[in-house]
Amino acid sequence: MQLERRSLLAIPAAICVPLAAPAFAQGAPLKIGMITTLSGPGGYLGQDIRDGFQIALDMEQGRLGGQAIQLMIEDDGFRPPQGKAIAERFLRNERIRLVTGIVFSNILGAVAPDVLDADGIYVSPNAGPSNFAGRECHRNYFVMSWQNDSLHESAGELANRLGYRRMFVLAPNYQAGRDALAGFRRLYRGEVVQEIFTRLDQTDYAAELAQIRAARPEAVFQFHPGGLGIAFLRQYAQAGLLSTIPQVMPAPSMDAGTLAAVGDAADGVNLSSHWNSDFPNAANQAFVAAFRAKHNRTPTFYAQQSFDTAVAIGSTLRQTRGSIDPAAFRTAMLKADFASTRGAFRFNTNQHPVQDWWSLKVERVNGQLALVTKEKILENHGDVFAAQCRI
Amino acid sequence: MALIVEQLLNGLQLGVTLFLLAAGLTLVFGIMGVINLAHGSLFMIGAFAAALVAQAAGNWWLGLLAGVAAAAAVGIVVELVVLRRLYARDHLDQVLATFGLILFFNQGITMLFGRQPLMVALPAGFQGSVEVWPGIPYPTFRLLILLVGLLVAVGLYLLIQRTRIGMLVRAGATHREMVRALGVDVRLLYTVVFGLGALLAGLAGVMAGPIGNVQVGMGEQILILTFVVVVIGGIGSVRGALVAALLVGVVQTLLSGFVPGWLRQVMPGSEADALGSALSSMGVYVLMAVVLLVRPRGLFPAHA
Repeated sequence: MQLERRSLLAIPAAICVPLAAPAFAQGAPLKIGMITTLSGPGGYLGQDIRDGFQIALDMEQGRLGGQAIQLMIEDDGFRPPQGKAIAERFLRNERIRLVTGIVFSNILGAVAPDVLDADGIYVSPNAGPSNFAGRECHRNYFVMSWQNDSLHESAGELANRLGYRRMFVLAPNYQAGRDALAGFRRLYRGEVVQEIFTRLDQTDYAAELAQIRAARPEAVFQFHPGGLGIAFLRQYAQAGLLSTIPQVMPAPSMDAGTLAAVGDAADGVNLSSHWNSDFPNAANQAFVAAFRAKHNRTPTFYAQQSFDTAVAIGSTLRQTRGSIDPAAFRTAMLKADFASTRGAFRFNTNQHPVQDWWSLKVERVNGQLALVTKEKILENHGDVFAAQCRI
Repeated sequence: MALIVEQLLNGLQLGVTLFLLAAGLTLVFGIMGVINLAHGSLFMIGAFAAALVAQAAGNWWLGLLAGVAAAAAVGIVVELVVLRRLYARDHLDQVLATFGLILFFNQGITMLFGRQPLMVALPAGFQGSVEVWPGIPYPTFRLLILLVGLLVAVGLYLLIQRTRIGMLVRAGATHREMVRALGVDVRLLYTVVFGLGALLAGLAGVMAGPIGNVQVGMGEQILILTFVVVVIGGIGSVRGALVAALLVGVVQTLLSGFVPGWLRQVMPGSEADALGSALSSMGVYVLMAVVLLVRPRGLFPAHA
C-alpha cells in the first residue's frame, strides 16, 4: 500500500520534471518578470520603476549586457496576495527565473520566498526589509536600493545635525514602517516624544495632526511613501503646522512626484537620500537626461534604483553571456561592475548596498521648487543586519 | 480638553463624509436590493471631474458643480446600461457585475489621466484656519465639509419626508411589491434613486479632493467603511446612515487618537503604539459586531 501510494505520487512529479527545466534556446530573449504596484496610492512609484528599467533597455535597444530581453510587467494592485499569484504564474507558466520590480515590503514578503524556493533570482529595485537582510538573507536575493532601515538611519543623523532634540515620529504599520521607526531611533540621539503607527490605507491624518499639535515637538519625522506622503504633507500644511513644527524626512516621503504634487508647502523641507537627480556623475547625467527627454518629468529615486537594477543585471549578463544560472549570476552580480547613478556602490556580505547618504533640501532653482543636494551625512553606510547573515 | 474638541471635530468631519457615501448606498441597497460595489467608483469620478475642471477653470466651485454632475450622469448611465439587467438576479451576479465596473472605471481613469495623483487647490476663502477653541486653529475647509454634510442631511430629510418622490422612496424601501402593484413607474424611481445616490457619492468625492489625493482606487479605500456604516445604520435607512456614519467617524477618530495614550501608561511606548493602532483599526468592526448582536438588523431597520 505504501509503495503504491508513493508511486502514484511520483507520476505527476515525473511529468513535471521535463517541463520544469528552463529552456534556453539560442538567441531567444531572456524573460524578466516585473511585479510592481501600478494602481492605488503607490501607483506612480511602480510607474517610475517600470519606466526607469525601460530607459536602460532603450539605451541598449532592448538588450541588457548584449542579451535580448523580454520584460513582462504585471500590476500587483498594492495587494500581497495578488503579487504572490502573479509570481506563481511567472514561475510556473512563463518559466521566468529572474524577477524584479516590487515597490512595497509587504508584497516583497509574499513574493520573494516563492521566487527563491523555485531556484529563481530576485533583484530588488526598492524594498529592502530587515527580515530578508539578516538571518533570512539568501544567495539569490540582491537589493539594489538600500536596506529599509538605512533610509531612516540617515534621517536620524540629519535630525542630529539640524539640532532637533525632541521629535514626534510616524510611519505606517507594516514591515517597512516598523523598519523606519527602528532605523530612525538607531542613529537619532535626541528624545522621541511620541511614536504613531498609521494605517497603510489611511487617507486622512487629522487625528494624528491633532496629537502632534498637542505634543509640541521640536520637529516631526514621518515616513509615508507615495500618495500617503502627499496626503500627509498637504494636510500638515492645511492644519497650519508647517510654519511652527518643521519636518525631517527620509527620501520616500519627498520624492519628485510628491514635490510636484505638494508644491509650495514643501519649500524648505529637509530630507536624506542616497541619490538625487542633480548628482554630477556621468552615468546619472545620462540617465536623468534620457528620462526627462522621454517622459518630460524629473525621475524619482524609484526610477533611478530601477535603472541601476537594469544596468547591474546588464553587466552581470555580459559576464555570464546571457545565462542566469544562479551560481554564475551571483559571482558576476556581486562584483557590482557597473557605473551606478549614485556614485560609489558595492554589495555588503548580505547582498545589500554599501553606499553614501546625503542631505537634501527643497529650494527654488530658477523659480521652480527642486530637491537640492547639500552635504554627505553618512559614508560607506551598510546595515546592522549584515552581521547576522550567513551565506 | 482642547485635544478632545479637535478630535471630536475630526471625527464628525469623517462622519459626514461617510454619510454622503452611505446615504446613496443604503438607498440603493434598501430600495433596489442591489449591492453596488461600484459606489466607490462614483466617488472617484466626482473627485476626478471636480479636480480637472477646477484646474482648468481655476475655480473650485465650478469644479464642485462639474464633479456632482459627472457622478450623477455616470450613475444614471450605469443604472440604465448595467444595473437594470440585474434587479431580477441574485446578489452574487450583482456583486460580480459591479466589481467588474470597479475594474472598468479604474482602468478607464488610468488610461485617460494616468496614475499620478491629482492635486486640488483649496477654494479661495477656505485656505486658512479659524480658532474654534482657544489654542485650536481648525482648517476652514474641514468646517465647510461638516457644513455641507449637515446641509445634505437636512435636505435629504426634507426630500424623503416631505415630497412625493420621498414618499415613493420610503414606500419602496418598506413595501416594494405594493408600490409596484399600485402602478408607480418603478423603473423611473430606480433611475432617480440611483442617480441621487451617485450624486451624493460624487459630492463626497469632490469634498475629499482638496484634503487627500485624487487618484485611481480612492473609492475602494473608503467603501469598506461605508458598508460598515450601512450595516450599522440598518439597510435602507437614511436616518440610520447618518447616526451610524457620525458614530463610526467619531469612534474611529477617538480610538486612534486616545487608545495609544492610555496604553502607554501601562506598557512601553512602542508596544503601546503598535497595539493601540491595531485596536483602533479593529474598533469600528467590533462596534459593528456589537450592534449586530444587540440589533441584528441595524440601529434603524427600514424593513422592520
